[in-house]
Amino acid sequence: MSLMHASTAQAVPGTPGVMRWVLVATLPGIALMSWHFGWGVLANVLVAGGLAMALEALMLRLRGRAIGATLGDHSALVSGVLLGAALPPFAPWWLLLVGVAAAIVVAKHLYGGLGQNLFNPAMVGYALLLIAFPVPMTQWVAPLGLVGPEALSPLEALRQLAGLGPGLDALSGATPLDAFKHKPEGLMAQEFWAGEPLPPGAQAAWRDVALGWLAGGALLLWRRLIDWRIPLALLGSLTLLSGLLYAGDPSQHGSPAFHLFAGAAIFGACFIATDPVSAAAGRRGRWLYGAAIGVLVVVIRTQGAYPDAIAFAVLLMNFAVPLIDHLLPPRPLGRRQRETSP
Amino acid sequence: MSRRFDFPGGIHPPTRKARSTREPLREAPLPRRVVLPLTQHRGQPAEPCVAVGERVRTGQVIARPQGRVSAALHASISGIVSAIEPRPVPHPGGLSAPCLVIEGDGSDEWAPMAALAWRTTDTETLHRRLADSGLVGLGGAGFPSQLKARLGEHHAIDTLVINAAECEPYISADDMTLRRHAAEVLEGARLLAHLLGAERILVGIEDDKPEALAALNTAITAAQSPPTIELQVIETRYPSGGENQLIRRLLGRQVPSGGLPADVGVVCHNPGTLWAALAAVRDGRPQVSRVVTLTGEALARPGNVIARLGTPLAELLEDAGLDHERLARLVMGGPMMGQPLARLDLPLIKTANCLIAASAEELPPPPPPRPCIRCGDCETACPVALAPQRLLAFAQAEADDKARELALFDCIECGACDYVCPSHLPLVAQFRAAKDRLRHKDAEAKRAERARHRYECRQARLEREAAEKEARRQARRQAASRPAAQATPRGGAGGQEAVKSLRIAQAAAKAALRKAERALARASDADAATLADLETQRATAEEHLRAAEARLTAAQGDPQNSAEETP
Repeated sequence: MSLMHASTAQAVPGTPGVMRWVLVATLPGIALMSWHFGWGVLANVLVAGGLAMALEALMLRLRGRAIGATLGDHSALVSGVLLGAALPPFAPWWLLLVGVAAAIVVAKHLYGGLGQNLFNPAMVGYALLLIAFPVPMTQWVAPLGLVGPEALSPLEALRQLAGLGPGLDALSGATPLDAFKHKPEGLMAQEFWAGEPLPPGAQAAWRDVALGWLAGGALLLWRRLIDWRIPLALLGSLTLLSGLLYAGDPSQHGSPAFHLFAGAAIFGACFIATDPVSAAAGRRGRWLYGAAIGVLVVVIRTQGAYPDAIAFAVLLMNFAVPLIDHLLPPRPLGRRQRETSP
Repeated sequence: MSRRFDFPGGIHPPTRKARSTREPLREAPLPRRVVLPLTQHRGQPAEPCVAVGERVRTGQVIARPQGRVSAALHASISGIVSAIEPRPVPHPGGLSAPCLVIEGDGSDEWAPMAALAWRTTDTETLHRRLADSGLVGLGGAGFPSQLKARLGEHHAIDTLVINAAECEPYISADDMTLRRHAAEVLEGARLLAHLLGAERILVGIEDDKPEALAALNTAITAAQSPPTIELQVIETRYPSGGENQLIRRLLGRQVPSGGLPADVGVVCHNPGTLWAALAAVRDGRPQVSRVVTLTGEALARPGNVIARLGTPLAELLEDAGLDHERLARLVMGGPMMGQPLARLDLPLIKTANCLIAASAEELPPPPPPRPCIRCGDCETACPVALAPQRLLAFAQAEADDKARELALFDCIECGACDYVCPSHLPLVAQFRAAKDRLRHKDAEAKRAERARHRYECRQARLEREAAEKEARRQARRQAASRPAAQATPRGGAGGQEAVKSLRIAQAAAKAALRKAERALARASDADAATLADLETQRATAEEHLRAAEARLTAAQGDPQNSAEETP
């Protein structure tokens, strides 16, 4: 029973500190996303974060728990921010509310609160919204920028948030993954891209955002706040499988780079799959968990009905976590069969 | 520096050893009174062999070992035995335990044993000397050393490891012992290697002790006598001094789960223990003192002292300049595995390698626990490669059997998981509780098994006796119903019946004896009480068989008479 603790002896962050670091790590991604897609991103993140805190407080109160101490661990804020960043910019308030409620109320507190949830709260919210409201969930605003001449004003962001005024249908389109998914059957990939199916700058914007998330992930890895095995296994298996498919038929499949940078793969690998609560616990299990998510992402993207697949892949593997933990127990020193003493 | 093998996990807490290594090892002042608990070791308490009011000299045996695992106790000062009574002892539960109190006369008059030259003394004498000296492992576990010295009798021991890793923060007792007494420690190691039949002596030491390392190097080069001693410097990482971790690190061997280092041909000793072993043999000095680190921010003069056992901790700390104002927490042992003490009026015991008089700032109470977020930091830190967070979930749910399946009993309670946990969960405390529950449950199951066995034996005996009685009654009835004149010449069916029933009884008794013998053979490694129990059962069964055979022989010789013979 140690009387010394890393958090007091070496200033290693405790759980609230870890969550604060995760929030900091989301900043590059959110900043780049806002830069390209406008004020709607910030509105999403702030409102979803605020709603998450409010609903967390409400649920803690209903459950008769101390509100201050638990709210102070910032875990709800992290879930809200991640969900907000995953939703299409300029989402109306009710979309955010439904998503955050599914995340915090259902996925988190009905399962027993922090540490007890089987499923990643943000992804539960996202998956629910994607199934229930497919149209607003797949309409992604064009990268009009934050301050440029074409950019939508903060006021417009508020109006969209409030659900007032005309929607942004005219300014929105498919995401790169979505567009490629619905590429006409006979069209070669090269011909498809030559036809400029996306608003100008969309692909570059998505790539920049992915790099932003990657920077955040690197920060978390450097601070040793996430297990490197999960992102490595996820991105590795995703690259490998999409690479194999691409090598087999480049005319019909996206390249590994397309799979990595066009969608939420890096965001998912660094911020979603690494959520320790809903991930596999063991080291061996984490390799399997990450790799299986990567495989599922490619499979769903190429064979399934949804253009991006992080949420479903993560949730499917959340289901499998108890099984993985059971099948891959730790191998304690003294019980390792393969390397017994000489 | 070999990097071939490593143990998993480990942590790098601040070592905080510099404070207690500035001053060389010194003698603590002689206490005026000592309190000596009868249990300062693993196993059964020692039995006092002096009376209250008796005068004792330093080094005189005052309590003898009881049972197989136990250790003798010696007067640590000369004086008068003033009491044998329960006194508060350094115990996690803050309990009192039987102690022997000696009022010192200040003369420190010794009653030493004969000095022995171990190279020319027969091993049995040496073994006896170790047992007579009350030596126990001074690293903290307190296992009687003479039992470890005899491990060579049943195991093929090839290596004696000197565990000088001293990986836990604050503690510097071994470091300071080695700086001053490296040659003695090595000679003690040769002595024990000789008793164990080990051909190789290996010193494992962490790289943060350059002075001790230099002293060891000098001592190794100076001494030419076999066996050769190898020095291995290892990276400073807690808990490299864990026996299994050190063996893994130095030799690449894995001590099997539930096994002993001896199972892989290794015996580990702490430097202090080896020095004490040499003193016991070469100088005839039993264990009456030990080196203890006095440290912590509440001490003005921290350092390492050679202190007599039973010295009140308050005296030791006062001598080291205790500032009562600053003292927030007193810890015996290190900060990772040691135990907090609630009071100062406790005696120094054989297993106390360190006393930390900590200020509120240096060992603050942990922040309140938060829910486990399964971050896996504990799993990364675990030096046994367990899954502490999963064990914790099972332990908290009291799903102890599940925890056992996940190797709960392989946990060495090093506290690395507690240290790294970002949610400040008391993992080791929960593991200890779960282990206790399981041990309790196992003991219950064993008791129930014994009770069931006894019941079955009794049932079998009652049935047998009833059968014998019935047989005799029938025989009597038949004999009585027959005219007396006809009875003698023909012998009669009654006699035949009696012989038959006696044969059955004899067979039953034989079976019972066989069963008892089997049970005894199966339980050969059980504890003494069970063995005694089974031995009684076997003896009873044998007795029954003999009685049955005797009756049968008598009946075959003279069926009529023996059948009539009534109990």
